[in-house]
Amino acid sequence: MPRLSADARHLVAFTLNGRPVKGLASPRILLSDFLRHEIGATGTHVGCEHGVCGACTIEVDGMLTRACLTLAVQVDGSTLRTVEGLAPAPDRLSILQAAFRRHHALQCGFCTAGILMSLDAFLRETPEPDEAQVRDLLSGHLCRCTGYTPIVRAALEAAADLRKTTRETAHA
Amino acid sequence: MKPASFGYVRADSLDEALGVLGNEGAEARVLAGGQSFMAMLNMRLARPRVIIDIMRVPALAELAQRKDELVVGAGVRQARLLAMPGLERTLPLVAQALPFTGHVQTRSRGTVCGSIAHADPSAELPLCLVALKGHVHLRAAKSRRKVAAAEFFTGMMATAKADDEMIEAVSFPVANGEGTAFREIARRHGDFAIVACAALVSDHGIRLAVGGVADTAVARDWPHLEGTALDDALNAFAYELDARDDVHASARYRRELVRRIGRSTIEEAARCRA
Ligand SMILES: Cc1cc2nc3c(=O)[nH]c(=O)nc-3n(C[C@@H](O)[C@H](O)[C@H](O)COP(=O)(O)OP(=O)(O)OC[C@H]3O[C@@H](n4cnc5c(N)ncnc54)[C@H](O)[C@@H]3O)c2cc1C
Ligand code: FES
Ligand code: FES
Repeated sequence: MPRLSADARHLVAFTLNGRPVKGLASPRILLSDFLRHEIGATGTHVGCEHGVCGACTIEVDGMLTRACLTLAVQVDGSTLRTVEGLAPAPDRLSILQAAFRRHHALQCGFCTAGILMSLDAFLRETPEPDEAQVRDLLSGHLCRCTGYTPIVRAALEAAADLRKTTRETAHA
Repeated sequence: MKPASFGYVRADSLDEALGVLGNEGAEARVLAGGQSFMAMLNMRLARPRVIIDIMRVPALAELAQRKDELVVGAGVRQARLLAMPGLERTLPLVAQALPFTGHVQTRSRGTVCGSIAHADPSAELPLCLVALKGHVHLRAAKSRRKVAAAEFFTGMMATAKADDEMIEAVSFPVANGEGTAFREIARRHGDFAIVACAALVSDHGIRLAVGGVADTAVARDWPHLEGTALDDALNAFAYELDARDDVHASARYRRELVRRIGRSTIEEAARCRA
């Protein structure tokens, strides 16, 4: 049973977007701060720090997770995905990201990292979503700029595009 | 909005978790899905000396039907219960209510037992446990007891759990032919309910449980009332709940919701049974 004292900093190691990373954290350090300040992965944004806005949403061991409601020491040994892991190459957008760009699904971009992570996980499980399902998912995020409509459009178009690519690879 | 400092224990077994809880008492707190507790830590509404993470205890992952009860261990996340095959037949009320608990992104981490332990008066799962007459299974290092839902919730975010105890599991009686329905009014989907209603209609009569109004979910049993007799019963219940004004809604609005949503929930449950 690992017992980590309050004052010391402890080694935390996990896989981030396929790459092993590690750093030091005292138990009170939030995963959102650990990612940004200790690892230097600043793609994950921090809005409210009490689980409401969704800006910090990432994937931990396949579960959508508010990084601000998670301690860094909790994810020792886990597998994490963040917005930095979505693009297939530094100069190429993922299908979902490209749809966001086409539909102006972001303005200031503050909410975008969290929403992309939610949609990325959701579209894998729900390849043929309807608008109501997308809006239900988006209820877990706050966007102050777009009014959500372009985000819904981008999500539905990305779902259709993703279905096409999986069909093509299946027939190849 | 950062937590004060605390020690962190990742329990590998239930005995380890209970040992720390026994030694530290009120200075220690269990961390389950963190969807309520982490926010309280961040806002420094809670300042424990030690946090006991129970999510890697294999024995707490149980989700199984035992005789006529569905037993949900402390490690079972809300998303896992919601995805359980046949939930709409085993526990139709929970299948109806759980989608209103937070969002996809909070149900993926939050546990069923954590919501019961947190005992928010507006929360859906405590309401279901009270409506269905479920039980809370409590464990301490040297004792165990099973408490009925109505006795477990003692006030707003207050329960019968002692400082050295934790919830090992909760159990819901499985459906037995009754009609059930759940309705709630909230400002936005996923927000805590202003008023939430759970109704069961069976051969014995009507049972209505209401959350969001009194300090805990409260249930009433009636025979098969209809028409103005049902209106009168709902009106009396609405006043007995002793609604208060707050930033979300006035007491009067809450009473009106109990009368109207209460009635439509009962009617829906009766249709389900028919
Ligand atoms: C944006 C947002 C919206 C939400 N909306 C709703 C909603 O509409 N309805 C609703 O009901 N909830 C809502 N919640 C809260 C819900 O998501 C939590 O899952 C739930 O209240 C607590 O479960 P948890 O597993 O996360 O527990 P934690 O947050 O880990 O713990 C909560 C409390 O219970 C104690 N505890 C946990 N497990 C045990 C145990 N086994 N034994 C003893 N004590 C224990 C902890 O010490 C703590 O005091 C919302 C949360 C967020 C972030
Ligand atoms: S910063 Fe985590 S939900 Fe707002
Ligand atoms: S794009 Fe600005 S908050 Fe969503």
